Amino acid sequence: MGGGHGPVTPGVSAGTEASARLVALPGKVPLIKLSYRPPNYETPLKYFNDVLTPNDAFFVRFHLAVIPEVDVATWKLSVGGDALTSAAEYTLDELKNGFEQVEIVAVNQCSGNRRGLAQPHVPGIQWGYGAMGNARWKGVRLKDVLDKAGVKKEALEVSFDGADHALIGQTPDFVKSLPIWRALDENTLLAWDMNGEVLPHWNGYPLRLVVPGWTGTYWVKLLTTIDVRSEPFGGFWMNPAYRLPKGKFALVDRFTSQAMETNTPITEMVVNSLITNPVDGASVAASKPLEVKGIAWDAGFGMQTVDVSVDGGQSWRPAALGEDLGRFSFRPWSYQFVPVAGRHVVMVKATNRLGQSQPREPIPNPAGYHHNPVQTISIDAA
Amino acid sequence: MRALMLLAALLIAAPAAAGEQDIVLKEGQGRDLVAANCQICHSLDYIEINSPFLDQKQWEGTVTKMIERYGAPIDPANVPAIVTYLSTNYGSQGTP
Repeated sequence: MGGGHGPVTPGVSAGTEASARLVALPGKVPLIKLSYRPPNYETPLKYFNDVLTPNDAFFVRFHLAVIPEVDVATWKLSVGGDALTSAAEYTLDELKNGFEQVEIVAVNQCSGNRRGLAQPHVPGIQWGYGAMGNARWKGVRLKDVLDKAGVKKEALEVSFDGADHALIGQTPDFVKSLPIWRALDENTLLAWDMNGEVLPHWNGYPLRLVVPGWTGTYWVKLLTTIDVRSEPFGGFWMNPAYRLPKGKFALVDRFTSQAMETNTPITEMVVNSLITNPVDGASVAASKPLEVKGIAWDAGFGMQTVDVSVDGGQSWRPAALGEDLGRFSFRPWSYQFVPVAGRHVVMVKATNRLGQSQPREPIPNPAGYHHNPVQTISIDAA
Repeated sequence: MRALMLLAALLIAAPAAAGEQDIVLKEGQGRDLVAANCQICHSLDYIEINSPFLDQKQWEGTVTKMIERYGAPIDPANVPAIVTYLSTNYGSQGTP
């Protein structure tokens, strides 16, 4: 709170500042409500002081307004498609008992996280910092399920549909696809468990796709149907939605079967970091040690260094990296200094093991994706 | 007839989410038309948060996207009035 911004992140539009409020969905703590229907709620900054984001504070993002309460007694997962040898159906128990169970800690971040900070503003959900979370996901490998059904050599993409749908039939259903190599990656999971609890309804109960390293758009919730395809999937949510202009971002993962001449699907997350404490505009005690802390993350290459500046970017010092929950997790960091009285401009910049770092200015793109400039806050010591 | 079709569309829609009925769009010509059409598919806070930074042309593009990409059942005859209300009250060149 504070700073006259209400619950929202400083820098979002005046309309967002006036409209957004803290609202609790059933089973959730109050989150920053950006839209009621479809529900789009972001996690307030304070929850990122924990490396694992609590389930009841985990952000909620839906494209379509009808989100059925799934009855797991009748729910089934269908696995099929023209590039699969034998179609199959699974109950949740059959999935749990039929395949090796694995766990992974991974960041789930919306492609448009921080879109609301773009200048000039671009249309879409006006997210601040909180369209992301980090959780320990438990499930089975998608690869194991697909291998059992027999993936044909002509398999090109795998598409995923959930039980959520639009209010009117003309709206394209939310269906996403992955390139076959990413679907068969050992880290791509079908998960029913989040931080040791059953998946919350708002986060995809009873089963969701977990694609560590890639943006949240691929993490399809309330999964019902998986199709292995020999042809590119042509749905709206693959093209023209969720596209990046070619050549602007130094990304590693390619999705060639979906690439067009000028644009390509968004793939993995870019390196990023966040100061969780102190908050922007905070008043702190002068001449006493102050801990600046936060988190850093990327697509799973892992953190090399997190550097902090307390003089507006003139000089940088390495922060201490904290607990390592795996390369796809938030990595906590902290930095101590003794502020003299007056205003201090504090900045943070993460660099991953590929040497990728955060730009000083966001890279403009039509939908405001991959917003990862060096974060700057001001604090006053007295 | 148009009003009846609109009413039918509203009736088949799922009930509004708790809380969204408290959203009050700014007073102005075309407000009821905008409210009736836009909330067939989504709550009206979508308009509020996407303000005030789109100009008339961008609001027109947004309304067109809703019709062409998302299948919004908006009568083409109502589009100019909807765009005028949005750009006047929620646009970068609006006066309020």
